Amino acid sequence: MKAGIGQTLTSAVDATTVVVVRWPDADLELTCGGAAMLDAKDPTAGSGTPDPAQSAGSLLGKRYVDEAGGVEVLCTKAGTGTLAVGGTPLVIKTAQPLPASD
Amino acid sequence: MHLTMLLDMAVDGFGDRIVVGRRTDGLTPRQLQTSARGGARLALDAGADAVVYLAVSGPAFPVAMFAAAYAGVPLVPVNYRLGAEQLSDLLARHPRALVIDEHGVGRTPKEFLAGAAAADPVAEPADTDAPAVIIYTSGTTSTPKGVVLRHTNLVSYVLGTVEFAATGPDEAALMSVPPYHIAGVSNVLTNLYTGRRVVSLPAFDPADWLATVRAEQITHAMVVPTMLARIFAAGADGAVPSLRSLAYGGAAMPPRVIETALRTWPHVGFVNAYGLTETSATVCVLGPSDHRAALDSDDPQVRARLHSAGRPVPGIEVEIRDEDGECVPAGTPGRIWLRGDQVSGEYTGSGSAVDTRGFFDTRDSGRLDAAGYLFVLGRVDDTIIRGGENIAPAEIEDVLLRHPDVADAAVVGVPDDEWGQRLEAIVVPTPGTSPDPENLRTYVRAALRSSKTPDRIVLRPDLPRTPTGKLLRRDVLSDLLASG
Repeated sequence: MKAGIGQTLTSAVDATTVVVVRWPDADLELTCGGAAMLDAKDPTAGSGTPDPAQSAGSLLGKRYVDEAGGVEVLCTKAGTGTLAVGGTPLVIKTAQPLPASD
Repeated sequence: MHLTMLLDMAVDGFGDRIVVGRRTDGLTPRQLQTSARGGARLALDAGADAVVYLAVSGPAFPVAMFAAAYAGVPLVPVNYRLGAEQLSDLLARHPRALVIDEHGVGRTPKEFLAGAAAADPVAEPADTDAPAVIIYTSGTTSTPKGVVLRHTNLVSYVLGTVEFAATGPDEAALMSVPPYHIAGVSNVLTNLYTGRRVVSLPAFDPADWLATVRAEQITHAMVVPTMLARIFAAGADGAVPSLRSLAYGGAAMPPRVIETALRTWPHVGFVNAYGLTETSATVCVLGPSDHRAALDSDDPQVRARLHSAGRPVPGIEVEIRDEDGECVPAGTPGRIWLRGDQVSGEYTGSGSAVDTRGFFDTRDSGRLDAAGYLFVLGRVDDTIIRGGENIAPAEIEDVLLRHPDVADAAVVGVPDDEWGQRLEAIVVPTPGTSPDPENLRTYVRAALRSSKTPDRIVLRPDLPRTPTGKLLRRDVLSDLLASG
């Protein structure tokens, strides 16, 4: 899929929800627990069976990136499945803390 | 990306931590969400097209903000100090608004909170295209303009500048800018998202501010420059042992005030934030280490950065352009243009004001240094044109403010038959001094040159400023014209 910045994607196999922060100009498949993630606004969203080998889980409020392709998503609901692009798991992006400005 | 998403995340992440108000009787994210859903019901039942918040800050404000978001209508925080005529003009722009105020127009904050608690909470946010917030800018130069902030703008700002749940449970922020100021809106969202409790001061007073910092063990605070100046002018016991971070913004900071603050509170990290209502708050930040490095440096370039706005936050691009719209190199002053998802540049009734490349004209003049630090020189509209030479008042004010007998200063252009405009200034003496205006002129001439030396300097006990510290230059001008 070609996701837009700010688009919300939900998992087909668990509670995971992410918001797209960066997405390259390319068709990529973002999966959670081995199943393709779905547009949260799509009423035809399906379901799937989680792959037990992809159950690293995700943490609320963390940003996940694929080191190669420029995908970045923010986890807005934690889940049990592994987030991955093209079969390669995403990793947590280490934050560069900014001082509180307001 | 919707404001309620931030609240949902806070409920999931730390739903039972107190995030709004005092430790003893504050609200948790879960309580905030329930109240906001009830408040949304009140707005929907009333057929409201907006939630107008016309009161001082307090727990009703974040509830109103998220109630508006759930109801799918904009929150419109309005200055409660406006005169009756201006106020009725603004209210007429939102005829079906649910109004929260203390003047008998609508519900009081207390009544709103009680009504929200009793109402049947809405389940999901209404799916509308309505903006999240409309803020009427202070209008120091013209009639107020309604700045439209979309959910995407504000959420982008929060995600770009704040880390989720990154705050220890002992942290608390003290908010002393009013709800109709962009920082009053943005700090509700950033503090909630990071999990920091917010205590608000309904009306700023230096003694109250200091007492609240101590009583509530405040770790983070945000002030406008005049507030910081008043805290030090009060001469009271200024000990703030719990304070770790003090952010300031909204107007130019007098150099002596920030230097005093850095020396008086060596344990505090100072943060200068530059931003506009149109940019969902902060776009550039000068952080604590920047402040200390500048204060301690012998290099004039590094030292000067103490009076800069720092560098852009992630997701913000800065361009400095000349009068023909061309980008200028580092060191050259020009007009500040900004681009990023948090930048709205949209006004009620007149639509978007960004250019074809998505850049917004701040109407501020400024320059970047070689390392990318932004120096803000003031409003383009305030530029004085004397005999064809463009002069930024800030340049002369900065010199005056370095004189030990000068507490505050404003330079304006006064119509002049020979020069088009000539320079005149009002100076506020530091307490107990009475500087000779001629000596002050000599002082400026020594630092700059005669074309930048005010022809006349008048002493006054204070300068006309808005409650949020912005200088009212048109009032300075009329004072000078009347006394000329």
